[in-house]
Amino acid sequence: MIKPFPALFPAVCALALSIGLIGSAAGQAKPIRIGEINSYKAQPAFLDPYKKGMDLAVEEVNAAGGINGRKIEMVIRDDGGNPGDAVRVAEELVSREKVDLLAGGFLSHIGLALTDFSKQKKVFFMASEPLTDKIVWQNGNKYTFRLRASTYMQAAMLVPEAAKMKKKRWAMVYPNYEYGQSAVATFKEQLKKAQPDVEFVGEQAPPLGRIDAGPVVQALADSKPDAIFNVLFGADLARFVREGNTRGLFKGREVVSLLTGEPEYIDPLKDETPEGWLVTGYPWYGIDTPEHKSFFIAYHKKYSDYPRLGSVVGYTTIKALAAGLKKANSTDTEKMITAFRGLAFESPFGKVTFRAQDHQSTMGAYVGRTTLRGGKGEMKDYKYYDGAKYFPSDDEVRKMRPAN
Amino acid sequence: MSPDAFAVQFLNGLASASTLFLIAVGLSLIFGVTRIVNFAHGSFYMLGIFVAYSLVTRIGDSPFGFWVSMLLAALVVAIVGLLVELVLLRRIYQAPELFQLLATFAVVLIVRDATLAIWGPEDLLGPRAPGLKGSVDILGRQFPTYDLVLICIGPAVLAALWFVLTRTRFGVLIRAATQDRDMVGALGVNQAWLFSGVFALGAFLAALGGALQLPREPANLGIDLVAIGEAFVVVVVGGMGSIPGAFLAAFIIAEIKAMCFAIGQTTLFGVSFSFSKLTLVVEFLVMAAVLIWRPWGLMGRPGAATRNAAEIEVPLKPADARTRKLGWVVLIALVLLPLVGTAFPYTIVLSIDILVAVLFATSLHFIMGPGGMHSFGHAAYFGLGAYGAGLLVKQLGWPMEGALAAAPVAAAVGALIFGWFCVRLSGVYLAMLTLAFAQIVWSIAFQWDELTGGSNGIVGLWPAEWLSEKWAYYYLTLTLTVAGVLLLWRVLLAPFGYALRAGRDSPLRADAIGIDVFHTQWMGFVLAGAVCGVAGGLFAFSKGSIAPEAISVGRSIDGLVMVLLGGIQTLSGPVVGAALFTWLQDLIAREFQYWRAALGFTILVLVLAFPLGVAGSIKRLFVKEVA
Repeated sequence: MIKPFPALFPAVCALALSIGLIGSAAGQAKPIRIGEINSYKAQPAFLDPYKKGMDLAVEEVNAAGGINGRKIEMVIRDDGGNPGDAVRVAEELVSREKVDLLAGGFLSHIGLALTDFSKQKKVFFMASEPLTDKIVWQNGNKYTFRLRASTYMQAAMLVPEAAKMKKKRWAMVYPNYEYGQSAVATFKEQLKKAQPDVEFVGEQAPPLGRIDAGPVVQALADSKPDAIFNVLFGADLARFVREGNTRGLFKGREVVSLLTGEPEYIDPLKDETPEGWLVTGYPWYGIDTPEHKSFFIAYHKKYSDYPRLGSVVGYTTIKALAAGLKKANSTDTEKMITAFRGLAFESPFGKVTFRAQDHQSTMGAYVGRTTLRGGKGEMKDYKYYDGAKYFPSDDEVRKMRPAN
Repeated sequence: MSPDAFAVQFLNGLASASTLFLIAVGLSLIFGVTRIVNFAHGSFYMLGIFVAYSLVTRIGDSPFGFWVSMLLAALVVAIVGLLVELVLLRRIYQAPELFQLLATFAVVLIVRDATLAIWGPEDLLGPRAPGLKGSVDILGRQFPTYDLVLICIGPAVLAALWFVLTRTRFGVLIRAATQDRDMVGALGVNQAWLFSGVFALGAFLAALGGALQLPREPANLGIDLVAIGEAFVVVVVGGMGSIPGAFLAAFIIAEIKAMCFAIGQTTLFGVSFSFSKLTLVVEFLVMAAVLIWRPWGLMGRPGAATRNAAEIEVPLKPADARTRKLGWVVLIALVLLPLVGTAFPYTIVLSIDILVAVLFATSLHFIMGPGGMHSFGHAAYFGLGAYGAGLLVKQLGWPMEGALAAAPVAAAVGALIFGWFCVRLSGVYLAMLTLAFAQIVWSIAFQWDELTGGSNGIVGLWPAEWLSEKWAYYYLTLTLTVAGVLLLWRVLLAPFGYALRAGRDSPLRADAIGIDVFHTQWMGFVLAGAVCGVAGGLFAFSKGSIAPEAISVGRSIDGLVMVLLGGIQTLSGPVVGAALFTWLQDLIAREFQYWRAALGFTILVLVLAFPLGVAGSIKRLFVKEVA
């Protein structure tokens, strides 16, 4: 016997049930609802601290009376690490949860899918973490703003110091996906401009999360570079560093490395941390500006732990949103966009502005050298690089970004 | 590139080969004896490295402590494996083929979240091996001492296994069970004990492989899926159940990868290309080539007697009047849904996802159930449909309607080509060849930036103006899904469907009564691919974007899970399974922090409660079948 249809019945019942489960949460002084989407379980090393930072900021904003009398309320969703689900939860947040705006994103392709979603549905979207340049340039739109310093900005920050090294032969190693490819492309282009006699002698692009470190390290060494530009991070970085140390790859060579100074990536290296790499990162142990100090103390008090870069990004996302919403004094999308264009706000890294021309924030990063102190990796001789100085000219941006 | 450099790269390859062999050999043993496709094998590998980290950081300061930690870690995980077998798998050996896969999939989800809860989110880099911290000079290059030890461990394990398999009673039983486990049972061997023993041994070897990686890489949460992918490839290339074959395959794949890195950046036909990028997919290229050339792997033997443990089901029959009535009720409810939908707008959004999943799973069931071709790469046709439609819109400026109509064509063309190779094989080899093709399609989508947008995919694919309202798109999806599902069901109840089924149950007899089994299966494959392409097209326009994830192994596995969850032996199985799985995933991901584990436990409960799948088991309650 076949019974083709009854099968659907339980599904429909189940559906109805799931709708019933979610009651309507009507408040008194209507809070501002922020829908937040991220790959919490797929990228826990970054996003665990991120969520903590976010929670802290929400607490602070609400304790100070909210935004023009309205509290903020977070509705947080996991996108399972894929863009299809991210768009579905975005729809859920907008249609069922009736959020006023969206925020979040970690992986570039999910960030881009959400960017496009915000354009299609005319919803305000604050891309907090995804680094791809396309979010504000090639695929940019008026509904999307991005907080974190982009791939282009971070690579560009390293170029002046890299050019000063006066090394002729460079080799590249990067994870084989958009972030790695565009970081290397930017770095090569800018370095060539700053130092025309530079020569690129080797390129290794292992798959993300699956580097075969032995062969990669040896192949790099065999191409006899004077300096290496690295874009690997996470588990790939740890494998690469250990193998490189054992095989003497870094001896007598300069290494310039993206993101390696972030606690998320340098802490796991422990006593394996290489000496003297030029990196971007977040030296939480040594930033003594008042705005960072107050953030650090509040964070440490709440969690008895030091903040990671993720914590700063999560915290600043909420602080930026709070500042913009206050200025807009409305949750109307058009009014929010107007308010966020050119908005200046305070972050743990100091004053940051959302550029009106491409909706990218000028949040910068710390650039310094890695060092080993007491069996742990740290940054030394670091300096804050204001993101505002590391952009292509406005003309170039205009050419890349579609007009709306 | 100097000969010296190649020689040292060859050594690097040997070190990687040892690791690959250790993971793969356990999987091969387990499959050989129990016929279980054990997805949890990668989880055992991951647990091995995490447990080893905890042990080594406590007692691993001395060489003795270090090596004891390695063995202890493997033992601990072997016990976990034993528990999985005793508590879970033992209860479902009688279920239809492949059903156990569902249980091991749930174990993967649970282990991943348990590891996160126990060891935290940060990567854990272990200390170097005491006494083997440095490097030795080989041809003017520093080569890690520990890698030299690893190079020796692989062959040592191979020798030990060879000894066990040929010189001990346990080994004789394993070999006998690999050849014909029913006969082994008939001769009075306690199968239950044998299965548990082999499963624990397999888990031990996987965990040992993981533990031995500790001095080379950090314990991290992503490695279970990486390991399982590579292990499957090695096992299949070598030949299922062949241990020397696994060794040979591990050697070949590791060496080819090492050489890709060694060649590095080269100019070919005037185009600069980094060979290292090829490592994304090279093992699947090797697998596809080997399977086309030798359908049972390098050292495998043509399929041993497989007597399905489950009883053979009766042929499919058209629905009776009562069932049809219920079908109409459901259909009318679905048509009326948007009326309620204005009050619950998200219902429509989720329903579109469910309908797309239903179409995807039904097309997979078509070839997998009645067709008997277990596709592990069905996502390829989903992806071809989605990318085909996306590219027509973006590159050629086609209207959305035309692009959607072309989606099944794109998928069918892919299925026509891949199917021609795949239907020549059977069982697990067919499954792995479909997977290899899916991975090749995936890597092209992932790598070809100019055309497919690379890892970012294609964005800006939204429905045409008249479909832009959610309810309009819902009706489009509903119409196409119902049409697709009914078409596939109709075909299964037509002579073609019965011929397909005959080819599955007995290719020889089918051939004898004049059925062209090859063509029947091939055309079945193409039809399933085309319908799946429609699902892909619908998916792309409902999300506004398409990224390589749509073709990833994950989606293929989701499809398998849906079909098995619903019940592979009923027509309604994939419909129930897809709806249930999609709805559960949405609900659980929202309600639970550790949603993966929660989903895993839910699946386990369903697996134990409905050993024929949800629809299959419910049907059994109502209908007395004549066997």
